This record gives sequence, structure tokens and C-alpha cells, in this order.
Amino acid sequence: MSVELDVFVGNTTIMDQEVYQLWLSGYTVGDAVKVRMDGGVLDGCDASAEVLRSDTMDQFRTFQMCERLLHNPAKLANQLLFQIPPDRQAMLIDRYYAFDDAFVREVLGKKLSKGTKKDLDDVSSKTGILLKSCRRQFDNFKRVFKVVEELKGPLVENIRQHLLLSDRLARDYAAIVFFANHRFETGKKKLQYLTFQDFAFCAGELISHWTVGAMDNQLEDMDVDLDKEFLQDLKELKVLITDKDLLDQHKSLVCTALRSKTKVFAEMEASFKNLSRGLINIAAKLTNTKDVRDLFIDLVEKFIEPCRSDRWVTIDVNLYLTHYINSAHILDTFKHQAVWNSLWDELFKMLTDIQHVTVCFLVKMGMVASGASAAAEGTRATAASSEEPVPVHPTQFTTSISFSFRDMLNVGCRAWPHSG
Amino acid sequence: MPGKLKAKIVAGRHLPVMDRASDLTDAFVEVKFGNTTFKTDVFPKSLNPQWNSEWFKFEVDDEDLQDEPLQITVLDHDTYSANDAIGKVYIDIDPLLSSEAATVISGWFPIYDTIHGIRGEINVLVKVDLFNDLNRFRQSSCGVRFFCTTSIPLCYRAVVVHGFVEELVVNEDPEYQWIDRIRTPRASNEARQRLISLMSGELQRKIGLKVLEMGGNAVVGYLQCFDLEGESGLVVRAIGTACTLEKLSGGGATNNAQHTANSSPSKDMKEPVFGDECPSNPLSSGPSTPLRAPPFTSFSPSKSYSRQSSSSDTDISLTPKTGMGSGGSAGKEAGPLKILLRQQTQTALEQREFPFFTLTSFPQGFLLHVAGVVSARSVKLLDRIHNPALGSTRSYKLLDWSSCSADEPETRDAWWEELRQEIKSHARALGCHAVVGYSESTSICEEVCILSASGTAAVLNCRFLQDGCLDVLSEHRCDDSAPPGCGFCHVPYDELNMPFPAQLSPCCCCHRTKVPDVLFTTIDLPTDAQVTGKGCLIQARLCRLKKKSQGEGNATCISNLLPFLEYELHTQLLNKLKLCGMNALFGLCIQISVGENMLVGLASATGVYLSALPSPGGIQIAGKTPNDLTYDQHVSSIQRKINDTIVKNRELYEIHITEVAEDVIGSPIPEPRQRSRLFRSHSESSDELSELDLSHGKKDAFVLEIDDTDAVEDLHSLLTDAPTPPGFYSCNTEIMPGIYNWTSAIQMFTSVRVFRLNNANLTNLGLNKIFNELCENLLKSLYFKLRSMVPCCLCRLNFTVAVPEDELIQVCLLCVCVSVRVSIAETEEQLQFPLELNAESASPLSPKGSGTPSVDYSSFADRCSSWIEQLRLRAHTIRRGSIKTSSSPLPEGRSRSLRSTRSFPGSSVSVVKMTPLSFIPGAKIVKYLGIINMFFIRETTSLREEGGVSGFLHAFIAEVFAMVRAHVAALGGNAVVSYSMKECVFMENPNKNQAQCLINVSGDAVIFTRESDQEGHLPQTSHPQPTEDTPP
Repeated sequence: MSVELDVFVGNTTIMDQEVYQLWLSGYTVGDAVKVRMDGGVLDGCDASAEVLRSDTMDQFRTFQMCERLLHNPAKLANQLLFQIPPDRQAMLIDRYYAFDDAFVREVLGKKLSKGTKKDLDDVSSKTGILLKSCRRQFDNFKRVFKVVEELKGPLVENIRQHLLLSDRLARDYAAIVFFANHRFETGKKKLQYLTFQDFAFCAGELISHWTVGAMDNQLEDMDVDLDKEFLQDLKELKVLITDKDLLDQHKSLVCTALRSKTKVFAEMEASFKNLSRGLINIAAKLTNTKDVRDLFIDLVEKFIEPCRSDRWVTIDVNLYLTHYINSAHILDTFKHQAVWNSLWDELFKMLTDIQHVTVCFLVKMGMVASGASAAAEGTRATAASSEEPVPVHPTQFTTSISFSFRDMLNVGCRAWPHSG
Repeated sequence: MPGKLKAKIVAGRHLPVMDRASDLTDAFVEVKFGNTTFKTDVFPKSLNPQWNSEWFKFEVDDEDLQDEPLQITVLDHDTYSANDAIGKVYIDIDPLLSSEAATVISGWFPIYDTIHGIRGEINVLVKVDLFNDLNRFRQSSCGVRFFCTTSIPLCYRAVVVHGFVEELVVNEDPEYQWIDRIRTPRASNEARQRLISLMSGELQRKIGLKVLEMGGNAVVGYLQCFDLEGESGLVVRAIGTACTLEKLSGGGATNNAQHTANSSPSKDMKEPVFGDECPSNPLSSGPSTPLRAPPFTSFSPSKSYSRQSSSSDTDISLTPKTGMGSGGSAGKEAGPLKILLRQQTQTALEQREFPFFTLTSFPQGFLLHVAGVVSARSVKLLDRIHNPALGSTRSYKLLDWSSCSADEPETRDAWWEELRQEIKSHARALGCHAVVGYSESTSICEEVCILSASGTAAVLNCRFLQDGCLDVLSEHRCDDSAPPGCGFCHVPYDELNMPFPAQLSPCCCCHRTKVPDVLFTTIDLPTDAQVTGKGCLIQARLCRLKKKSQGEGNATCISNLLPFLEYELHTQLLNKLKLCGMNALFGLCIQISVGENMLVGLASATGVYLSALPSPGGIQIAGKTPNDLTYDQHVSSIQRKINDTIVKNRELYEIHITEVAEDVIGSPIPEPRQRSRLFRSHSESSDELSELDLSHGKKDAFVLEIDDTDAVEDLHSLLTDAPTPPGFYSCNTEIMPGIYNWTSAIQMFTSVRVFRLNNANLTNLGLNKIFNELCENLLKSLYFKLRSMVPCCLCRLNFTVAVPEDELIQVCLLCVCVSVRVSIAETEEQLQFPLELNAESASPLSPKGSGTPSVDYSSFADRCSSWIEQLRLRAHTIRRGSIKTSSSPLPEGRSRSLRSTRSFPGSSVSVVKMTPLSFIPGAKIVKYLGIINMFFIRETTSLREEGGVSGFLHAFIAEVFAMVRAHVAALGGNAVVSYSMKECVFMENPNKNQAQCLINVSGDAVIFTRESDQEGHLPQTSHPQPTEDTPP
């Protein structure tokens, strides 16, 4: 005797969250039954594995039928086929669009193309996430990308409205879309220590400050593209390293401010010019798409690694960058009594963001914490320093200093020469 | 021109992409009614078109209004080739024809295609302007209301119950060999859907005419069925109970209740007349001697061959002798005197001569006595329905059959007529003048058809059957001669002149009258019945192999097998009932399905312990060779096991019998009767049945001998049935006896399973075991799936078996799971209550009365007697310490203020509940919007791609639900009650990657309002319960 056909359909669609998760994870019915059995779902029930199998099959079928609707979450709310209470609908959507950090880390910044999709089996074997689940996640990225590609207005808001995702997921997807759009390089070994959430934070900063939408909120344009004009203007910063006088002045100002405030003062003084060059060069090259892609790797190579080799701690970097920007402002006030220019104001805001990002990276990298400065709340040690790691999320840290940066810059920019 | 139908096409959404190039669709809509068609403009390049059309007006006869559905076809405009159909919507406009039902149909309907399923939705507005012209010879019956509900609908009151109405129409089936057809499957499916829609419309209209003729205004318990007879055609038949209903207004109900309460229990003059008269016509009935509890069966073989069971003939000839109801009491329909042998004729007058009622629960006082189940089956050979106009030319001039139906339906009519006569004579033999809970069904395999009819023989209070007795009704309480709690159990036949041997004993409640030791009925448990403990689902399952044969031989073979099958089902039921420690079955439904090489029988019922009936004896095991020591041990171990089970079950179902000690269960009989095996003869049903009666005397145990393989089998099935897991209750009736604290969390579901029997050389025994397991597993599966709703009750558990192919068994199940509230207050209350009541009045306590806020079957609210009302008041007081005023318009939690039910915020789709029950727990039905009767065909030629047979059927059932919900929502309703799936025919051809399924569903669209004031809130807040309809 064999069961030829076996269905169970409820007026209100019946779904078990646990089974849904198994389905999302790409389990086959057989494996899912096994997992459920091991999970003890049959405990206390007078039911056999057959019953469990039939239940699992029913639900997997339901999910499969729902999947079409989940591809367009707005449809789920006003379709008639399944009667699903709204809270369940929200659960279905959120879980469907949820992704594994390990997976997204592999795909982040890659072009969401067929080619990438073909490589998913590698990703699958590398991350241990089942291929089916990888495909779903990848298709989700692609779908969201497609939906918001042509839309105007704030990216996060668009995602939230069109795909009915929760705030957190919408923010994450905004990051994914932003990264995919600019194809930021995130896969290099040197960047492996960064998690998706670190990048998501950076994406958030960049979206809110570097994009066209950020420049003018009223402007009916999208958040996805970087503001070309702004990137062009960043070139103006080159004066800080090309003008010898300016460079020296800048250095002396920073050094004066930093003297006796840090243990690594000597190193700072020594490497000032290098670091300054590194930063400004990164900024100046951003008009080039290729260099935009390498933004993060450049930041790590040109700035973070030198700092690290000098055994700076995070607090030092903060100090340094604070004064670096602050001094630039003083520098200008003295040197050029130029008129205040809103563009430059904006421009420095952008530069601030580079700093944010940098600091974020630094924190992640775990600059060596010296005893004295370890008190600083942002300091954290990593295995590299063979001290106990103090997990602090980069965002906490960067937001605390971002204000000071911005203030300084706002003042500083007023006097910045418009070299045109 | 008595009616103007207006339709407006507003918009579409989620349309499928019809143009691959642009990924868009150029949609337009055709609106068709009768022969008139209108078209909207093409809305180019959109998947969400906004047509916003003008009002399309159809000026039509009301006859057409009743017969025809409004057809809406959505098409994709194509400049160069033919326009592609996207899908269709059929809208039954019948609900708009009654002033009391819906006034407008407006909403989103799924666009359905028989090949692709649901493809988007369309927003439609439909209205009807009716012009009354009553003075012409009517062919239409607009305004007659139809209810699937098998009780008086909740917001109505029955002024008169007129009686049985039936009708059938036949037609050529547009497609009986779907695979081999040449035309597109879509075209033939649509022709079929449309035809059945037309036939249902016509059927309703014709039945409506009969109702009008009787002076009624509604049909309650409307049961419509399709017989897909394959080559011989398509029969759509319906039965129902004609009533004159009166809408209860809130105030009216209050008045009524008070009226009832205040009126002195005046004696009703008619009832005793009946009581006296009934025994005066004991029929020395023919060979098929009736029996008290077991199904009363007889078999009429196919008309096409000679073997004719003697029962029907004799009974029919006896019929005219008996003047049943007292003169005039029975009104038009209950006067069976007019019955003649002119069975072939079908004038409306004669239809009413069947004192049958499709109702299963009744207004208080309506049902006086219940005798037992009567059933009749007959095996017929189908032949082509002769229909000259439609004959072999497959021109689907669908409306034409009415003109040429001249003689044809008569064959089918005659068949049913025959069966009904038989039922009637059986009922009469039981001293009853009426049959309640009546239903008819068929099982068709190739050209053999088993027609079955069954019901419960009963004596009714004829006041309800009379015109102009309104005043009498409202003034008189139900008679006192028969106490409400046990009256219906009292035997209607004369003890001294019993038509068959039976064990009668004095009623355990009133000790005045005799009651049988077991009672089988097809009706719901009367609301005032006194029940001890809880009820449970009892099923008997049986398979019998049969030789494959053709034509007459096949029919003979089947009719030879039937009595055995039925007898064994009955024995099994009885054994299981005893094993549960119970003594009565309600809602008994015996299905016998015929397949090519087997017969499958499935009997489901809800067992209860009726306080009025004597305690059931145990089951005694006897061995044939008593000298063998090991064998004796074996026997005694089985005996012990059985006794233990009985004790356990009594515990489980809380059957605590306080009375006599001699009733101790499972006590072995002093001298086990060494009787020959109960019954294995080839005799007529009468023999088996009478013999059966001997086997379970009053107090002694039922003897089972285990020498016999069949007995072993019986035993096996007895002991292998797994008990329902803790927290679950199940029944196939509307309400679960003994459980009253329902919550509003309900989940209706349909489950279908098809099993393939792989090994061809099965024995009866093996087959039985498989079938048994199959049903048990299905139940287990339910328990598992619904585990999150615990504690809960599976109500209206409705199994349907079919044998679609050689080695396939199909089981369909439709059920609603209602969460039950666990409440400490409840138990307290139950304890306190009886005491208090008894202190005050001697009237026996109805379990129902013990303050259950949410069960709502108070269709008889207006007639509720005063003590129930008082009881309720007290219940409220006890439970909440607050006094509820008696101004509540309706009892049973009806007093709550209405709160409009909101759909979930943020969702544009309103929630529609579906339930096979006639009520919605914790809610009040405020309006009936009309009957939902829908027929769908779904076919696929890409079975594998759609997920195989399961995927295909799963999607289809979900689609059917969606379409039902959409229609209800468009009528303005928020629930379907009395929902049932009449037909689910599934055919597959995996080799061709094809499958086809037909589903017929029906129900009543209603508006309900949630009971919301403190009464509703209190339990909800104090006991966190699952959100409504929350699935596991």
C-alpha cells in the first residue's frame, strides 16, 4: 500500500515557522523530517514518521505555492488564494528575505549577474549553506535590486515600501544594493575580517552623504548613485598634499595639537605625510569607477595598515583624524580668507565619512591598545595584539566621534579656498 | 420582463502576462447573461487594468435570473490572432433575488481558468432590479430562500415546517471521457461547468416552485448532489425541507422568549393523539422486520434483472393502509394517505407525501420520539438517459433540455421514489410517521450505481407542520408529558406489539416509559438531551473484495454483498460503542462505495451516553474450545484487555454512572452463551438483524467468539483503534456532547488522500486492515497538525470514501477544529450548577444549560423554556459575579452588543471564515446572504510540473476555498456556515502527465458579528488563547 496523494488544506493557511525555516534553508523533505524528528516534535504525540513526513510535505507545498507571491510581497497582502493573517504575512516576508551573513559576505559587491549565480555552488560549499538557500538569497538580492533600480527617492524607504520589509532588513538590502551597484571590492583577503554589518554601516554612511539623493533630499533622484559632482570636487583636496607649505603647516598644526596626548606621537609625526597622502589620494581618485570599487581595500592598505604597523590604538587614530581635519580648518582660516562655500562644506562632510569608515575599519582591525589609552571606550584589542578582545561594535564608536568631525569641518570649510 | 440585471466591470489586478514581448496584457472583458453579451474596452498594456465600465444592463425573465449565472470572461486582445481567454468568473445571482438576502454583489473575484487555475482578480459590481408580477402563471420562484444548514437558521423561526421537497434534472454530460476528447479540454470543462451551473439553477427554481405551492418561503437542509453517470449522463438532484420562516428581530425574540417563559405549560392536545395512535398501526411488516436500533435495511436490486427483494414490494403495498397523523394535524404533507403506487409520476402534491425531513436538529418540542435508523439501498444498472434533443449531437444548447425532458428524469425519479417508499414503510413499521435527518446518496462505478437513502424514524409534534398555528406555537411550551431530557428516547412503538424483538427497559430518567438499550440515529443530539460524560467519534470501516464483472452480473454480485457489508458495519459500530461505554449514536452516516473489485463501507457517528438509556453491557469473549487451557488463557487475556479498555474509555469520556451497581462494566457473564456464530447465513437482512438483537440482551454482555476469523478481525479492529490523544475531542455532529466551552478560534480544513493497494492478491482481512490503518493514520495526522490548537474539538468530521480506480481508495475529509477553553471557572460551574438548579426545580438539567457562553445553536431561542433562561442568568452571575439582565434578545451569549467584525488592518482582503457547522462559535449570525453552490473543474496537462498529483490537488482545493471566500465577501458576508464538499472526483493519468479534478462545494453565506462585551472578553483576557484561526 502506498500513499498516492496526500493533501491537507486549511481555510486559514496552515504553516509552522519551524518548517518554514527548514524550507528556507533549502532542506529536502526527507532531511527536514529528520531534523524535525531530532528536534523532538513527535514527543508526546502518538504519531509516526509518516505523519511527520506528510505534514512536512503539505507545508513545503504550501510554501512553494506561496513563493510566487513572496516574490512580490505587495501581492501577498491582496491576493485571494491564501488566507493568511497579516502578522503571519509579515513573518513570511521577513523570513523569506532574511539572509545569512556568511552568504552575503561572499556575494557583497559582486555583480548580481548570471555568472555570479553560476558560482553559487562554490559559495554553498564554502559557507555550508545549501545551494537552494543560496539561490533564494541571491535571487532576493537581484529582485530587490531590480525593484529599486529605477525608483526615485530614498533607497531604504523604497525597499521598505515596495517589498514590505522590516526596517532592519530594508537597511541591509539598501547596503547590498548599494554595494552591488558600485561593485565595491569586499572579497580581498585583507578585508575578510570585516563582517557584513560593518559594510552595511559604511553603506549607510555613504548613502546618506555621498549620493545624489543625499546632496539634495528634495531632488527626485535615487540614492544608489554616488554624486559625480561631489567626487569631482574631492579632487580639490589635493592641495593639502601638493602645496608643500600647506602640507608642512598642516603637519605642524596637527603635531602641536597632538603633542603629549598620545604615546605614539613620534610615529604620528613621522608618518604624517604618508598618511595624509594616502587619504587625500584615495579621495582624489574616486572619480574613477575602478578606484571607487577599491575604496575599501585602499583605505585598509593606505591608511589602516600603516597605522597598525605603528601600533596605534584606536583612540590614537581618532585623535589623529580629529586634529587632522580640525587643523585643516585652522589652516584655511589663516591662509585664505575666502568666502564660505556651501559646496565645500558638503565636501568636507564627505571627507568626514571617509574618516568614519576608516575608523570603523580600524576598530574592527583592532588597533593595538596601549595601557594608558585602553580606557577609551572605543578601544578594543584583538587576537593580533594578544590581548583580550573587547567587542565593541564599530558603529557605537564612530558615531561618537562623527559629531566632532562634522563640527570641525563645518567651521573649517568656511575658510577653505575655492580653488577654481 | 420582470427583472433587470446590471453589471459593471471596475478593474482587474494581478493579471497574467499574456504578451511575452512586452510582459504585459491588453485585457478586456465580456459580460454574458443568457444570450446577451457586452464587452468592455480594451485596457492596453497593463496587468492592473481599470476598465470602470458603464453599467451593462440585461433585461431578462426572472426564470432566467434563477437559472443562469452571470458569466464574465476576461480576454487578452490580440490584433492579429484570436483573442486569448485569460479566465472566467461565474456569478450566481440568486442571492440578489430575495429581498432579505444580499442587495449587491461587489468585490474582487478570482479569475479562474480550468487549465491554469486562478489568474488574477477582477472587481465586479452586480445589481438586480426585480419587478413583481405575482399574478401570472409562474415558472420562477424568486424569493424562495435556500439554506444548506440542516436546522432552522439561527436568525429565523420556523412558523411551519411543510416537509420534503425533491427534484432532479438530467442532461447529457458534455464530457465523460475527458482524456480522449478532441476539442480542447478547456472548452469541454467550461461547457461542463456552465451546464452544471445552469442545472443547479433550474433545480433550485423548480424546488422553489414546489415550496411556493406548499405555501412555504424557504428550503432548509438543502442538499444538492451530482451523479456523474459517465456515458449515461449527468444527474443533478436535490432534496430539502420546505419551511415557512420568519425573521427574528431582536425585540421579537425577547418577547417570544418571555412569552414562552410565562405561559403556563398548557397541555398540547395533539401529541397524545400521536402517542396513542402510533402503536395502533403496528405493521406486521414483510420480511424486512424493523429493528430498534440498528439500521433498518433492505435492498432492491437493479431494475434490470429479476431478483427482487421482497421487502419493498410488501412495504409499499402496506403503505396506504395506515392513516398516520391525526386528522389534519399533519397538514398538507404529513397526510400520507394519498400515497399511491403511482411512483413514476411526480406531481408536486405527491412529493409532499413523504414525511421526510432533511433537518438534523429541530426546534424544541418538534421531535417527540426517535425510533432508530432506517435505511434503504438499491443497486441499479445505469443506461443512457434518453434525451432526444441532446442525444448524440453534441450541440450544447444547454437550455434546451427543459423542453425535451419529457419522460427522461422519470427513471431516476422512479428509482428514488422506490427507495423513499421503502424508507417510509420502514419508518412506519417502527411506529413512526416521519423520517428525520434524511439524506440520499449514490455511489457509481462504471454502469453500476448504488442508491442509498437513510434517515431516522421519528414521531414529530405536528403543530409545526401546520399552517396557522403560529399562536399555538408561541403559547405552548413543549409538552410536559415527555420530559425534554429523555422524551425523544422513548420508544414510539408498542411494547406488547413490537415489530421485532427488542430489549426495552424503563427510562432511566423519568422511569415512566420504556426505552431501548441502544439508539442509533442520523440526527444531531437534541439540545435538551441528557448526556452523561462526553461523546466521541466512532467509526466502522470495512472492505470487501468482489469479483470483477460486468453489467447485471456485477449488479447481482454487489447486491448480494451489500447485506453482509452493512451487517458487519453495524456489528462493528455496536462493538465499538460498547467499548466506549456508550449507548447511543448520533449523526450516523453509512457510506458504501463501490469499486471495480471491492466494496468499501465506512460508518461514522458520534457516540454518547444518554442518561435515559440503560448502561451498556460489556463485551464477552468466548472461545469455542473451552477445554484447551492455553486457549482459555488467550481468551481471558483478551477479555481482560477489553474490560480494561472499557474502563479506560469510561474514564476518558467521563462517563460516571451513579446508578445501579449491576451495571458494572465488563463483568463477565456467569454463563457465556455458547451460541453459534452470530450470523453468517445468506438470508435477507431481516434474519441477520433479528439474530443480532438476541446477542445483546439488556444487561448481559455482547458475546464475541474468537474462533472465527471474522471475529478475530472484529476484535482486532476494536482494539487497534487508537484513542484520541489528550486534548482532542472528535465528533461528526454539530456539537460535541459534553463540551461547551468553545472559543472562537476555528480552523476548517479539507484533507484528501488516495491510497494505492499494491499487492493485487489481498484477502478481505488484509484489505480491512489496510483500510482501517488508512483512516486511523489520517486521524493521527490531523491530531498532529492541529496540536497547537489543543485543547480542541474536531467537529463535523466528515469522511467520504471512494474507489476511483481498480486499486485506489480515496478518502476525503472535511472538518472544523474548534479550540476549547480550559477554564477553572467552568469546572466549578459545572459542579455547582446542577445542585442549584435541582434545588429549585425538578426539571432535569440540560447539559447545554450549564452556562456555556459560546456554543450557539440557539436556533430555537424563541422557544426556550424559562428555566433555561434562568439557568443562564445564574450562570452569568456565578461566573462573573455580575448580574446579567434578562433583556438579552437571544439566549446563549446572544446578549452581547454587536461589534462589527473588522478584517485585519492593513489587509485589503477581508477574512472569510468557513465552517461545516451551522454556527460560528462565539459569534452571532445576523444575516443569511444566500446559498453558495459552486462547481469547479480543474485540469492539467503538466502534472509533474505542478508538483504531481498532490501539488495539483492542493492548489485546486486552495483555489476553491479562495473562490468561495471571494463570493462570500462580494455578497458582503464574512463567513460560510454549513460548508461541505459534496463531490471531489479526482482522475489522473500519470503517463500522459494529466489529471483532472471536479469539486462541488456548498454552504450558506452569512454575516456574523463577534460577541464582544464583558462576557466575551473575560475569558479571553484571563486565558490567553490562540489568535483566531491561528494555524499550527
